[in-house]
Amino acid sequence: MKFTQLISSIACAGLLAWAAPSSAADTIKIGSFLAVTGPASFLGDPELKTLQLYVDEINQQGGLLGKPVELIHYDTGGNAKEAVNFFKRLVKKDKVDIILGGSSSGESLAVMPLAEEEEIPFISMAGAVKIIEPVQKWTFKTPHTDRMAAAKIYEDMKRRGITKVALITGDGGFDKSGREECLKLAPEYGIEIVADESYGNKDTDMTAQLTKIRNSGAQAILNFGFGTGPAIVTKNVRQLGIELPLYQSHGVASKKFIELAGEAANGVRLPAAALLVPEKLSDDDPQKAALLAYKQKYEAAHGDVSTFGGHAYDAFVIAVEAIKRAGTTDKAKVRDAIEQTQGLPGTAGIFNLSATDHMGLGLDAFKMLQICGADWVIVDETAEGAGLAAAGGDKNCG
Amino acid sequence: MWDQILQFLLTGVTLGSTYALVALGFAIIYNASDVVNLAQGEFVMLGAMSAIALSAGEGLALPLAILLAVGVTLVVGLMLQRFAIAPAKGITVVGTIIITIGASIFLRGLALLLWGKDIHALPHFSGETPLRLGEVTLLPQNLWVMGGTALLVLTVHLFFNRTLVGKAILACSCNKTAAQLVGINVGRMLLVAYGLSALLGAMAGVLVAPITYTSYDAGIMLGLKGFAAAVLGGMGNPMGAVAGGLLLGLVESLAAGLISSGYKDAIAFVILLLVLFLRPSGLFGRATAERV
Repeated sequence: MKFTQLISSIACAGLLAWAAPSSAADTIKIGSFLAVTGPASFLGDPELKTLQLYVDEINQQGGLLGKPVELIHYDTGGNAKEAVNFFKRLVKKDKVDIILGGSSSGESLAVMPLAEEEEIPFISMAGAVKIIEPVQKWTFKTPHTDRMAAAKIYEDMKRRGITKVALITGDGGFDKSGREECLKLAPEYGIEIVADESYGNKDTDMTAQLTKIRNSGAQAILNFGFGTGPAIVTKNVRQLGIELPLYQSHGVASKKFIELAGEAANGVRLPAAALLVPEKLSDDDPQKAALLAYKQKYEAAHGDVSTFGGHAYDAFVIAVEAIKRAGTTDKAKVRDAIEQTQGLPGTAGIFNLSATDHMGLGLDAFKMLQICGADWVIVDETAEGAGLAAAGGDKNCG
Repeated sequence: MWDQILQFLLTGVTLGSTYALVALGFAIIYNASDVVNLAQGEFVMLGAMSAIALSAGEGLALPLAILLAVGVTLVVGLMLQRFAIAPAKGITVVGTIIITIGASIFLRGLALLLWGKDIHALPHFSGETPLRLGEVTLLPQNLWVMGGTALLVLTVHLFFNRTLVGKAILACSCNKTAAQLVGINVGRMLLVAYGLSALLGAMAGVLVAPITYTSYDAGIMLGLKGFAAAVLGGMGNPMGAVAGGLLLGLVESLAAGLISSGYKDAIAFVILLLVLFLRPSGLFGRATAERV
């Protein structure tokens, strides 16, 4: 008897929950699933804060297409399986109009088949190339890929006449995927990988690997990773007295890296989004206004801005602009409008999407930065190998 | 080539010194109570993190911050024994080990709440200008780590062999009942053992934090490596633990340098397995025969 009572009360509760959202039909619903807690929370936390800030802002300005915007969010904890469940819930129960989310590549890749099946526009905030290659009809993404980072670094090396490179990477997913792209792209830029070393992301000393690199005849060292690894590599390189130029990936594009590596970080070059240096862009840079506005808004509410929150901003702006242009929340029309996004300045670069490119960023979206006296300096990319490198080596910051 | 190998050896000794101090902490508690304290790595993390919090956060001078941090960790070690281990009297050894796992998760969570997920760095004790010996370079901090470890190991050795309290702890490990019969307060000796382990862990943490950085979860890997070193040297033999730590550090560094950095952990653990296969009691452990 008790058991049937229990079942019926659960069923009732379920029905109520099912019925509730349909009462607010005249809002535009943006669905989101992010890793706000767990190991990837450094991604999800600023992403959610950004979405909330801008949903509030748009509602204060009278909403979108004259309707209030509602953000429906679920925390995946970085778990791809949870992401799939929440994606289904967003589509079937919450009946959202568009989904922005997926902090990590794992979560994004897991939900992509669902987006195609349910025919709902989905803008991912994760890095992997696989999200947009091959192009899926309903899936888009905003962050740069690791292939772009590798290409940007190789371009800079080429300008400085470097052809022999030693690669050192960690054992995490980001590191491994970055290493693959670096190895794959090297021949295209006429670069020979003369050493390919690795370390555990929790390792505390890389001098053994770097001693090997020192004797490999490399002209530059490229380290792809994030967390403590790159900071220790940077310190170890200086400790061993290795004078080669050191390149890092966009994985360390934060003030934290400079803080950890300290003095040793001077002269390190890395590709990064312009969001790190909005004040240093020239005034005619089309991105500058958007970058400064986002930075000021985020920092007024939550403290230091990060490029990850920027990915959420980009996704949100692309979605809002597309809905405005479509003049409706009809999913197919919004999808087409997203694909037609042209010249939209975001934090990651200027977005120019097309039917064959669902990210829409070019290599110029990355800025080549050099660390100098605990700050970022934009490397003059037109200077054809002159500029900083010629001005007395890397330690002299130019 | 020889320069290169000398560099690998120096790296190995620095790494090994850290492992040795963690392993020593394992050995002391194991000696006193047959328990493997799996919160040992968390003592290392707590020492480093509280030193950083006190020096960078509270603005205390580095030596004072370090002293206080070691004190804080010591108190945590004593409290762990007094409030988590001691009340579970009569529980099996496995039960006590499980309590220490709980304690390690609790301490990690506490550190996460107090200091967040960020990675932190402690300033080097005496600058970062590398010292050069021909082609070989090392940091002043490396000397601090090696010297500090040597001093601590010597102190522990003298403590166990020359002082009454040290000998009393050894007596507890040999035979608890007999120790009690000759008037040794077994409970208090256990308290001393946990305190000493926490102290060593904190010192290790403070010594290596400038080189390795630290975060709330840094204790997991260090605890694991230290445990492997203790097993390699022979569980329960403090000097064996130190030798095991140094050996593990050297093997890792030489494997990374001469063979492959991708397989360095695998090589280290294969050697550990081989040693255990050929000498189950570890390199310097006494073979124990159990009477049935």
